[in-house]
Amino acid sequence: MADNPKKKFLYVNRKAPYGTIYALESLEVVLIGAAFEQDVALAFLDDGVFQIAEGQNATGIGMKTFAKTYRALGDEVRKLYVERESLSERGLSLEDLMPIVYEDENEDYVQKPSIHLVDRAELARLIGDSDVVLSF
Amino acid sequence: MSTLHTVNKSPYERFAFASCLAHIAPGDALLMLEDGVLGARRGGAFAKRFAEAGGAAAVYAIGPDLEARGVKREDVAEGVEIVGYDGFVDLVAHHARVCAWL
Repeated sequence: MADNPKKKFLYVNRKAPYGTIYALESLEVVLIGAAFEQDVALAFLDDGVFQIAEGQNATGIGMKTFAKTYRALGDEVRKLYVERESLSERGLSLEDLMPIVYEDENEDYVQKPSIHLVDRAELARLIGDSDVVLSF
Repeated sequence: MSTLHTVNKSPYERFAFASCLAHIAPGDALLMLEDGVLGARRGGAFAKRFAEAGGAAAVYAIGPDLEARGVKREDVAEGVEIVGYDGFVDLVAHHARVCAWL
């Protein structure tokens, strides 16, 4: 991989968790992509914002609460863009999302938020700035 | 370089098409395929919307998908260019990235 320049990957997440397998599959691919040291960003819009909602517990429906894995993405994946309009349309705000953070190695490992609220127009620009868009 | 947006769900059943239109940038292209082509029917509530929202974008629909669903050439809304699978390949090749709205 050393000869290949880093590519900007954008994972677009638009589905709620648990009802379909999309959200879990996206997370699996994100983890694989991060292992290849690519420039990885995640976008959460439409029902995808529910994937990172605080307080999920899927034990009662016999499924794994994979949301916890987003908090473990850590330093490899520190760009999670959440669409403001999608949140407000669903009665959600930033406070309803999991506190996902990374430790900044350039600032004495101080914890910084990985979640960035963006509006719809900014999200459209993010798509246009990416080399590869993977939709889930 | 611009983005090719693909939509494969009917706009009358899912939100994907509407969300695509809300995120399309000037100079981008929109391709309807599979059930997405149902949005291309002239006189449908949705054809007006993509004429407005996708005004800056070139709009395409896959011919065999239209034909399979009984949407005749003359039933397709103005401004929609019908392409075959070879045209699909050309569109992918001529855009920097593909964004699928599933």
